[in-house]
Amino acid sequence: MRTHNPRGWLFVLPVLVLVAFNALIPLMTVVNYSVQETFGNNQFFWAGLRWFEEILRSERFHAALGRQLLFTATILVIEIPLGVIIALSMPRHGIWVPVCLVLMALPLLIPWNVVGAMWNIFTLPKIGLLGYTLNSVLGIDYNMTQSPTAAWVTVITMDVWHWTSLVVLLAYAGLISIPPAYYQAAKIDGASNWSVFRYIQLPKMNRVLTIAVLLRFMDSFNIYTEPFVLTGGGPGNSTTLLSIDLVKVALGQFDLGPAAAMSLIYFAIALAVSWIFYALMTRDRQ
Amino acid sequence: MRPRSLVPIIYIVFLMLPIYWLVAMSFKTTNEILGGFSLFPQDFTLENYRAIFTDPTWYWGYINSIIYVTLNTVISLAAALPAAYAFSRYSFIGDKHLFFWLLTNRMAPAAVFALPFFQLYSSVGLFDTHLAVALAHCLFNIPLAVWILEGFMSSVPKELDETAYVDGYSFPRFFVTIFIPAIKAGVGVAAFFCFMFSWVELLLAKTLTAVEAKPIAATMTRTASSAGYELGLLAAAGVLTIIPGAIVIYFVRNYIAKGFALGRV
Repeated sequence: MRTHNPRGWLFVLPVLVLVAFNALIPLMTVVNYSVQETFGNNQFFWAGLRWFEEILRSERFHAALGRQLLFTATILVIEIPLGVIIALSMPRHGIWVPVCLVLMALPLLIPWNVVGAMWNIFTLPKIGLLGYTLNSVLGIDYNMTQSPTAAWVTVITMDVWHWTSLVVLLAYAGLISIPPAYYQAAKIDGASNWSVFRYIQLPKMNRVLTIAVLLRFMDSFNIYTEPFVLTGGGPGNSTTLLSIDLVKVALGQFDLGPAAAMSLIYFAIALAVSWIFYALMTRDRQ
Repeated sequence: MRPRSLVPIIYIVFLMLPIYWLVAMSFKTTNEILGGFSLFPQDFTLENYRAIFTDPTWYWGYINSIIYVTLNTVISLAAALPAAYAFSRYSFIGDKHLFFWLLTNRMAPAAVFALPFFQLYSSVGLFDTHLAVALAHCLFNIPLAVWILEGFMSSVPKELDETAYVDGYSFPRFFVTIFIPAIKAGVGVAAFFCFMFSWVELLLAKTLTAVEAKPIAATMTRTASSAGYELGLLAAAGVLTIIPGAIVIYFVRNYIAKGFALGRV
């Protein structure tokens, strides 16, 4: 039981100051830009909600949002079940456990642009291991810079390669917290593998899996560096996800007003979906 | 061998293939790379690594990255420890909202903040310093550190605090000499995740630096575009960025899984 103590505020003050400095001031800057128009020279004019209306109606934003949702949905559908399957078949004790964990966690600690560069080198049609194998050994026509389908498959494979391990680690953490007595009881009752999974393992993994879904949703929705380095958003605009499009508008064309409005809409969507997850999780706990 | 153990083996092979290719590339000469496909380096060379270790613009990239990552880990933990204690032990007005607000910052797309961050840190005179990157990364590392530490602290029984007071410990002395050692696994896990997310992030680190504090990852993007496409050099630099992460992960291997399992939410 936690005691009521206003001293708590004193303890969270450093965190509050640091995060507020980093979150509130830039957010206010964005809000400020989103309602103004500029022609350079630091002259700003009031634009009201025009940018928001323009963005919400723009085909380009709809297309980028559509690609973003498709990307996030695809990687969640692949990574979550795959992560659970791998965690279930991992050894529970013995010398192979640390070996598995260290090797699997390795992709998580590679800088994001190195991940992009690595996959770029890996998939080059003539000299990359994957590109060469597909084109010259298996005879499949594969060129990421020309075919949008190939670019999509590569971006998704890269994300699966990069992040499935996070799901594996979380699911594994849930699995090893199950007391052995549960399994013994199931064995005495003659439960099948499926019922052990459905009635013992899955409920025990419920909480960590929700964390996994939430983290994977947030990070894949914000993804920028890896696909940018790998495909640059191309060919054409086929892999231009929301963040890539946003940076193109903000830093490429320097359209601060529309970029700011787009940022706020983007953040609002991310926040709304995350809040739904958060609400579902806390409901389960009570 | 049971067929079930094939699944992790296949998965690990899948994970290692691109990494192997990066390592193999880093030992090849540019001529060999552009000349055609070869599974193993035919003309084994250390030239790419030598180029990195003798060029200050390259190796300073690593030093810069390590400086701001370390600074960020220290700042994040120093701020998050008391805050996590407050969330775990006290109830105060607005605590739940504050906790959710902290988490929302973990959700903010970095691309949204890139430009305002540049302006903010320029106006306070911190642009192109290690401190700027370290402070900017606090945006997503502090919420995560508070979240992980709070989970570990809540698993320590409250009797520990009370016994310490009865024995006449002052709060700071109790916190530093008794409480922190009791959750040292949690501090390790939180430090690991702060290190990890600060080490792999590029967008903000690149936006906030120009020359003096430029991270290794940004140096790599420059090489890829301007100095022709020196794949061997790029691969060698990539291999060197994997090593610090591999060392850190080896030390915390037994705590990684546990860290998330004990998290709140």
